[in-house]
Amino acid sequence: MTSTLFLVQVLNGLQLGVLLFLIAAGLTLVFGVMDFINLAHGVQYMLGAYLAVAFYGAVGNFLIALLLALVAALAFGLLLDFLVFRHLYERDHLDQVIATFGVILFLNHAVRVVWGAAPLTLPVPDFFSGSVALTDGQLYPVWRLVIIASGLAIAAALYALVNFTRIGMLVRAGATNARMVSALGVNIKRLFMIVFGFGTMLAGFAGIMIAPIISVEPGMGDNILILALVVIVIGGIGSIRGAFVAALLIGLVDTLGRSFSIDILRLMMGPSPARMAGPAIASMLIYVLMAIVLYLRPAGLFPAKGRLR
Amino acid sequence: MLRLERLRKSFGSLVVTDDVTLDVAPGEMHAIIGPNGAGKTTLIDQVSGLTAPDDGSILFAGADITALPPQARALRGLARSFQITSILPAFTVLENVALAVQARAGSSLRFFGRAAAETALNAPAMAALEQAGIAERAQARAGELSHGEKRALELAIALAMKPTLLLLDEPMAGIGREETERLVELLLRLKGQLTMILVEHDMAAVFALADRISVLIRGRLLVTGTPADVRADPQVVTAYLGEQME
Amino acid sequence: MTGAALTAARPSRPFRPAREAALPASIFLLFALLPLLAALTARQYLLDIGARMMIFAIAALALDLLVGYGGLISFGHAAFIGLGAYAVGILSAHGIGDALIALPVAVAVAMLFASLTGIVCLRTRGVYFIMITLAFGQMAYFIASSLAPYGGDNGLTVAARNTIAGWPLLKSDRAFYYFAFVCLLATYLFCRALVASRFGRVLRGAKDNAVRMATIGFTVRRFQHVAYVLAGGLGGLSGFLLANSTEFVSPAYMSWQQSGELIVMVILGGVGTLDGAIIGSVAYLLAEEWLSGLVENWKVIFGSALVLVVLFARGGLIGLAGRFARWFSHA
Repeated sequence: MTSTLFLVQVLNGLQLGVLLFLIAAGLTLVFGVMDFINLAHGVQYMLGAYLAVAFYGAVGNFLIALLLALVAALAFGLLLDFLVFRHLYERDHLDQVIATFGVILFLNHAVRVVWGAAPLTLPVPDFFSGSVALTDGQLYPVWRLVIIASGLAIAAALYALVNFTRIGMLVRAGATNARMVSALGVNIKRLFMIVFGFGTMLAGFAGIMIAPIISVEPGMGDNILILALVVIVIGGIGSIRGAFVAALLIGLVDTLGRSFSIDILRLMMGPSPARMAGPAIASMLIYVLMAIVLYLRPAGLFPAKGRLR
Repeated sequence: MLRLERLRKSFGSLVVTDDVTLDVAPGEMHAIIGPNGAGKTTLIDQVSGLTAPDDGSILFAGADITALPPQARALRGLARSFQITSILPAFTVLENVALAVQARAGSSLRFFGRAAAETALNAPAMAALEQAGIAERAQARAGELSHGEKRALELAIALAMKPTLLLLDEPMAGIGREETERLVELLLRLKGQLTMILVEHDMAAVFALADRISVLIRGRLLVTGTPADVRADPQVVTAYLGEQME
Repeated sequence: MTGAALTAARPSRPFRPAREAALPASIFLLFALLPLLAALTARQYLLDIGARMMIFAIAALALDLLVGYGGLISFGHAAFIGLGAYAVGILSAHGIGDALIALPVAVAVAMLFASLTGIVCLRTRGVYFIMITLAFGQMAYFIASSLAPYGGDNGLTVAARNTIAGWPLLKSDRAFYYFAFVCLLATYLFCRALVASRFGRVLRGAKDNAVRMATIGFTVRRFQHVAYVLAGGLGGLSGFLLANSTEFVSPAYMSWQQSGELIVMVILGGVGTLDGAIIGSVAYLLAEEWLSGLVENWKVIFGSALVLVVLFARGGLIGLAGRFARWFSHA
């Protein structure tokens, strides 16, 4: 385990963390402000990727494809909201879980119908392709650095938005007590739509940005959704700050855990049992982390203060 | 029976319980009055265990119960009725009360046997229902009762717990005159058998029932004394009773 | 009226044994007669499907206990099935193939997992509970996937069905079918008794108004934990049967999609009725069989149907049947 390898994995962990944050941010706001369990959020991420591929195929320019895909993802999200989600806001969580589960099934397979089941790819934009040399000749893909940078920029922008603007104040208030906000005369429906739309775009953006690195296939949103759920549970529902901290934490723990579990275990046991137990323990790590956090703080690390729900 | 020592509770910068010290003697009927927002329900919440005080202690029958969860306090004989009716709407009236009996009747970890048919639980439950005056509604679904009947059910549940201390949070809120009179009669009959703390706005009832009255204003206990003392106290008259007396 | 309000509004009706037993009696009668139908029509695969329905019905019953009667929406229930199945698979891989060992181990492992994860899960409520059960289910899934010596992602073939005290009694499909039938019947009767018992009443009361139950004197969490462990054990039983039925174990048994499907089965039949859990499993698996034969991407249809059911058909199939019956009697 060299220090450069460690650096590479830390960067990878940050990249995963930033990605998780983009997805978790929208999810936690929707839970916090609207008390709506949207399991279908991962599908927005998947759609972002697919739309990026589709538009790129049409226009041949990444930036344009990104913008078009963002708009299309937003439009699609709003359509889903209009058709399905809107009717679920007042329903109890069980109904929301089942319905959004149905949406996942529907879209995972609809995507298969439209684009086929084979994984698709998207080339990294020319300007950002290639690698950068970290210390002593270890190369690292520029695009991954772009993802980290854009994610951090968005996090900063979100922080500013939520803490320094009027809309942000309404969102924070809504995450604490939506009924009160509504009673104060704020158009809660419009607030819901803004929150939802924003979250959708963030998830879509994440999908677009990750598309050049991974294979775009049906169901790609499922596993990352679970990770995002762990993020917001640890971070505290309704809290952007919590989502940020938890996302980076999970990204790092998961990545470093997977890379170095076997090495770490080998310090304690023989190479053969370490190789067997390593992957198993690595996959358990973030859930054990979640269990510990929830045992100590059942409402997460940064619960939106004074939540009445 | 109950001793509150320097109880404090704040929600952020809002102090809802401000250094409250109170003694309630066994068998006493102690009323707590005060304008809306004085913090009466929060005080009851702290005594029954639903809210934890920031500071201070609560002693029940000599023992410090400040750290005990609500179920432990209930099993020690502390029962409470809620200001906003809190019953089990999906169950029958009888089952609501039978569950209160079941809590103290020993093992509930029984997986077999039809609980709803157990005479050992139903008989004491019916007795409590009769005391509260709604025995004839025993088989009705609790969610379908009228408001006044639900308040009576609240009381029956509390009574079925065979409490030594009964906390009544605005039991007469929203019920008609006839039912209020019946409730006052019931409480008069219970006087002396158990210690009671009554939070109420209905001044006629309070003065008819209470041995002593405490006045809570903005979280602080202003005055404690016999009804006559409290009525005459100039501070109270100005701060609160003045409006009522008009 | 929300789903929770609907289930909460189910009245504690006076006990009418004959009327109430009619539906489950019919279901069990149909199940008992299925092998006859299979033999008459020479369609052996009916036994296979029938066994599968009963196996999932057991898991669905356990889940209905939690969701319908306890108000605990567990989105990780498939983990218990998977753990039970893997107990059978791993024991088999090490040469231990007798049910007298495999069954208790399967149930015990599932209960242990339920007990440990339950300690953490039950400290949370509402949305948090759903998500943490989901996450623990995923944890089990990933552990199973990473068990290279036991097939990892690809799963593990079980050498043969479990023997009972050395006798290969489960080898014939029909014998296994009736074994599963007995298990389902026992599970159903146990759940029925549990729900009406003192314990069940506390659980149901906690679902209705947990604060009230606490102020009456019940430590609600303890009861919920016991219920969670019991449900886990029943899931383990289901897994034991599943591994024996397919003679194969795979991490997919514990995927969160599988957990989701289990919740669907419970809701589809009618949550909080126990009968609904069985009906829902049957309906779901039938639909799966039928639709997948018709259309390749049948899940597109199924997914939309699910959404529609939630939005419009509250109370599931039993609720629909009830409304239909009432409408019919008024016509």
